[in-house]
Amino acid sequence: MKLAVLGAGDVGGSVLELAGEYGHEVVAVADSTTAAVDEEGLDAAAVLSRKRNRGGVGSAEVEAALSADYDVLVEATPTTLGDAEPGFSHVRQALERDRHVVLANKGPVAERYADVRALEADSAGTVLFEAAVGGAIPVLSTIAGLEGQVTAARGVLNGTANFILSRMAAEGLGYEHVLAEAQDLGVAEPDPTFDVEGTDAALKCVILANVLFDDAYTLADAAVEGIADLPGSALELAAEDGRTIRLIGEVTDGTVRVGPRLVPEHGTLAVSGTLNIVQLDTTHAGRLNISGRGAGGAETASAVLADVGRLPGLE
Amino acid sequence: MSEADVHAYTVRLELVDEPGELLRALEPIADNGGNLLSIFHERGNVTPRGHIPVEVDLEATEPQFDTIVEALRRAGVNVIRAGAERYSEELTVVLVGHLVETDLSDTLREMQEAGGVSVADLSLSAPSDPAGASSARLRVVASEGRTAEALDAVRAVAAEKDLRVVEPLTEGSA
Repeated sequence: MKLAVLGAGDVGGSVLELAGEYGHEVVAVADSTTAAVDEEGLDAAAVLSRKRNRGGVGSAEVEAALSADYDVLVEATPTTLGDAEPGFSHVRQALERDRHVVLANKGPVAERYADVRALEADSAGTVLFEAAVGGAIPVLSTIAGLEGQVTAARGVLNGTANFILSRMAAEGLGYEHVLAEAQDLGVAEPDPTFDVEGTDAALKCVILANVLFDDAYTLADAAVEGIADLPGSALELAAEDGRTIRLIGEVTDGTVRVGPRLVPEHGTLAVSGTLNIVQLDTTHAGRLNISGRGAGGAETASAVLADVGRLPGLE
Repeated sequence: MSEADVHAYTVRLELVDEPGELLRALEPIADNGGNLLSIFHERGNVTPRGHIPVEVDLEATEPQFDTIVEALRRAGVNVIRAGAERYSEELTVVLVGHLVETDLSDTLREMQEAGGVSVADLSLSAPSDPAGASSARLRVVASEGRTAEALDAVRAVAAEKDLRVVEPLTEGSA
């Protein structure tokens, strides 16, 4: 397949680098201001080196990437809330041209799921978004493979918050200290709000709810509480009782909820460090647990490229 | 083990005072999926039959608990009382905030008065910095099937006093 990659950060850059290994070629790439287009296939190393050294992936306008002759638009621009722009417009343009869309960006499928599905219904293209939930973990394809049997989902869906909580519990350190350490390690963003306030985990749960309940949830439908400023003493008291605290997202009985919760210290959901885990309740298959890396360029790109492989042919 | 459908149980055992007896008594719990919460080994206290009473708190699902009690008995461990608390349910929450300044004993009283809730146990950890938040772990006992209401009562009282509640992952997911 010929890919147009929108967004040239960790995920977009890794898709560019890895596409060839999966038998695809990238014919267009764009960051927020520039684009590079080559119908014969772009040279990943050249594009990324230009971005590093000169800023910008090429000399073309972003619009040139959107109108390039591609089969699949890979949307990997940063997640935005509300109108989910510019990601949503990129999705719309691709579907209106009867092209497929693979999203790593959570915004369009969390905030405007009904709009995305309506556009898809009028298009020959298909929309897939495995990479938007749980990074490398095949959550959505597992749910699809279970043929409507999944009744509820819960788990740890933000590696930054999980890193902070597991470090606090293991080392007896305070929140501010561990957050600063996470920022030094690059595990937390300079502005960690999205992760520590639970927004990122909530967007993933909203997407899960949309898929599980075939409905149009948005962030506004989720009850969200973060882990910011949780004192170390809360984790110590939990540990004295054989428990620990994790930022858990729950999608059950038509509700979406994210917040710090007590879980058994050595239980399934108490994963350590930046790991994520998703637990699925099913009608006939009992409970399934899948854990793995929830973020990272190559990890998330692997989910994007797995989606590309699942797409039906066009025409 | 699974987080849903898990209840806390208390098992009271009588052990012969011999090396290895305690381990032998605990193995069936771990082997059958129970999560040991605490062991109270009353070494100084001997029953009229010369045995040592041990009280074990554990978490398990109901089927697991039944298997555990059966396995204990099969292993020859004297089970005095199993799941006497069975028809009440326990849940543990951690409260975070200005617990002392907002009158902790009044907080507990309000929770008890909300009905169906009794606070069985409390551990408080106050910060060295008086401006910082303190934490308290509460073990709440509710009558069977009333844990959701008990949790609502805890939430309501906490909201009134601007306290954060870290809830267990059990409610609603059964």
